[in-house]
Amino acid sequence: MKIIVLLKRVPDTEAKILINQEGTGIREDGVKFVINPHDEYGIEEGLKLREKLADGSKVTVVCAGPEEATEAIRTALAMGADDAVHVCDPKLADPNPFTVSEVLAKAIQAEGFDVIFCGKQAIDDDLAQVQSILAEKLDIPQVNNATAFEMAADCRSAKLSRRIEGGDEKIETSMPAIISCDKGLNEPRYASLPGIMKAKKKEIRKKSLADLGIAEVPGTGRSRVLKWLPLPKGGECRIVAAEETVDAVRELARLLREEAKVI
Amino acid sequence: MAYQPLDFYNIEELLNEEEILIRDTTRKFVDKEVMPIIAEEWEAATFPKSLIQKMAELGILGPFVPAKYGGSEASYTTYGLICQELERGDSGVRSFASVQGSLVMYPIWKFGSEEQKMEYLPKLASGKLIGCFGLTEPDAGSDPRSMITRAHKDGNHWILNGAKMWITNGSMADIAVVWAKDDEGRIRGFVVHKEDKGFSAPEQKHKVSLRASVTSELVFEDVRIPADRELPNTSDLKSPLMCLTSARYGIAWGAVGVLQAVLDEAIRYSQERIMFGKPIASFQLTQQKLAELATDLSNSQLAALRVGRLADEGKMKHYHVSMIKRHNVNAALLGARKVRGMLGANGITLEYQAIRHMCNMESVQTYEGTFEIHTLILGEHLTGISAFSNT
Ligand SMILES: Cc1cc2nc3c(=O)[nH]c(=O)nc-3n(C[C@H](O)[C@H](O)[C@H](O)COP(=O)(O)OP(=O)(O)OC[C@H]3O[C@@H](n4cnc5c(N)ncnc54)[C@H](O)[C@@H]3O)c2cc1C
Ligand SMILES: Cc1cc2nc3c(=O)[nH]c(=O)nc-3n(C[C@H](O)[C@H](O)[C@H](O)COP(=O)(O)OP(=O)(O)OC[C@H]3O[C@@H](n4cnc5c(N)ncnc54)[C@H](O)[C@@H]3O)c2cc1C
Repeated sequence: MKIIVLLKRVPDTEAKILINQEGTGIREDGVKFVINPHDEYGIEEGLKLREKLADGSKVTVVCAGPEEATEAIRTALAMGADDAVHVCDPKLADPNPFTVSEVLAKAIQAEGFDVIFCGKQAIDDDLAQVQSILAEKLDIPQVNNATAFEMAADCRSAKLSRRIEGGDEKIETSMPAIISCDKGLNEPRYASLPGIMKAKKKEIRKKSLADLGIAEVPGTGRSRVLKWLPLPKGGECRIVAAEETVDAVRELARLLREEAKVI
Repeated sequence: MAYQPLDFYNIEELLNEEEILIRDTTRKFVDKEVMPIIAEEWEAATFPKSLIQKMAELGILGPFVPAKYGGSEASYTTYGLICQELERGDSGVRSFASVQGSLVMYPIWKFGSEEQKMEYLPKLASGKLIGCFGLTEPDAGSDPRSMITRAHKDGNHWILNGAKMWITNGSMADIAVVWAKDDEGRIRGFVVHKEDKGFSAPEQKHKVSLRASVTSELVFEDVRIPADRELPNTSDLKSPLMCLTSARYGIAWGAVGVLQAVLDEAIRYSQERIMFGKPIASFQLTQQKLAELATDLSNSQLAALRVGRLADEGKMKHYHVSMIKRHNVNAALLGARKVRGMLGANGITLEYQAIRHMCNMESVQTYEGTFEIHTLILGEHLTGISAFSNT
């Protein structure tokens, strides 16, 4: 079985994000980048499935992203994925979900696939669109936000759960399908030291858009990020002080009524 | 807010991908598995044994040992980074890994027979066996040559008599690498099994330092072990000292982890703690403390990395290690005390890390060569005159 897991490189959840001067993106200096945390659930599910099948099935990581994404890809290989496809092209700077989906679809078709796992959304832009557009392009079913996954013995269908308000939704889907993964699905393993040493020898196949037979960057013009802006600063804070607390309260009440006009 | 250690000199840029990955995976492990439980274990004076199997699965026990013996053939720099991250969690956790790796797996790997290596190393790497290292005695600490534990050859057996003290992992160890003098006064290394008759390992209690670590006496009363339990390739005191050089190297990195942890805590706390109407971070005295901590951290880190690179090029000398063990551990001890103070009354509780690290560093300052002994090793290197040798 060919198990595809999708991976996006995103800033660490804890990183302090600053917008660059031109307003075209974030300042990357000093920012730690990691595997999108939701994608880790996808990787883990792919690895668990491979271990359960134990029939020579392979887990292939597919990532569209900049040169620097190799570190995140290497981490996935260290967790245990077999190999990786890294679509990396200067034309892919600042892509939108449509572009990424088109590129991933081409890369995945070239690889062949029986099931695709990915995270329910990327924690940087929170768009959660790629899995759905990709499902359309590959013409396969999608199940989003899976919290349980069980492949049927014949590998032609799978049973899943999704957490919804107040309960669980049980779903059955035919295979191949794309499954976006949510917290609770599994506990992603650590990249072990032996895993990291082995990962050094695993293959990362670099692909340009030309390699995938894509001449024009698809999806440009559909939507475009105009500008990145920092959150507006909170208003000025005034401290009302007085010798006696009652006087401060009186002054505060006056300000609220006369200046702020809220009471 | 998660842990974000200061990287003032952009040392990240000096590390390769493998080093970064293993550091990050160990950091994540410490975040998830060590931080939530460590204060409680420390208070209860217990070692969190549940971590052993997890550390083994991560492959960080004796990572420098060849793959055929269950190791990962990792570089010394990688080993250092692992120690840095573990000690940021707690010195007790790092001590466990240091003993298992540098003081048990290392001597078996360097001085053991092929059979001994095959028998012990894979089980030690996978955490199936726990080891300890017995050199220090009640009356032989800084001067291990004065040890009185004896090994007498009796046909195909050795008979051990004596006692060791302050032995990390002792009571929970399955095997002990023990150093004893033969009839001619030459120091030899032996592998003692916990089941061996006449051997016992009572735990030492009432420690106010390194509480999340087991420390024990080892007692040998006519312990008779087969001759093939002797490590055949030792050369007197030099052999245990080689083990210590490897462990001390890791300890110097561990101290970097402590400095990172307490500086991180100090920066956060001082920005949030309001006194006299302002964050205490806005006072000059506080800023001076932070500046000193950041300087000590950055200098310790650079020095450890340089010695790591020397080790990987096969050029590391014992005096290099003495300098970083002495400097970094002392800086971490003083740094943790400083941060303890910066936290005011909160700093005396285990809600915060500083006092735990501060107490731990008192042990680390003493074991693996006291601060003074490393001073004298450097003095000997600089002058050619030993101030401590009794010959
Ligand atoms: C928590 C803990 C765990 C330990 N784990 C282990 C272990 O796993 N295995 C093991 O073998 N040992 C272990 N040790 C023992 C440790 O290595 C010794 O405590 C250390 O070597 C110091 O020996 P000592 O305690 O006998 O002090 P002493 O040697 O008695 O020293 C007392 C003081 O005198 C100073 N001093 C000694 N000689 C000189 C000199 N010539 N000039 C100036 N000052 C001098 C020392 O610096 C020190 O300040 C551990 C110790 C602790 C605290
Ligand atoms: C065991 C214990 C028992 C105690 N018992 C009592 C008691 O019986 N009764 C009682 O009333 N209190 C008691 N205290 C409280 C004690 O007096 C306070 O902890 C102490 O005054 C410090 O206040 P703080 O802990 O809020 O620290 P903070 O005032 O928050 O100080 C934090 C750090 O900032 C530094 N700092 C603060 N202001 C400045 C500045 N302007 N410039 C430079 N540095 C600054 C401090 O030196 C400290 O390092 C006790 C404390 C302890 C630990």
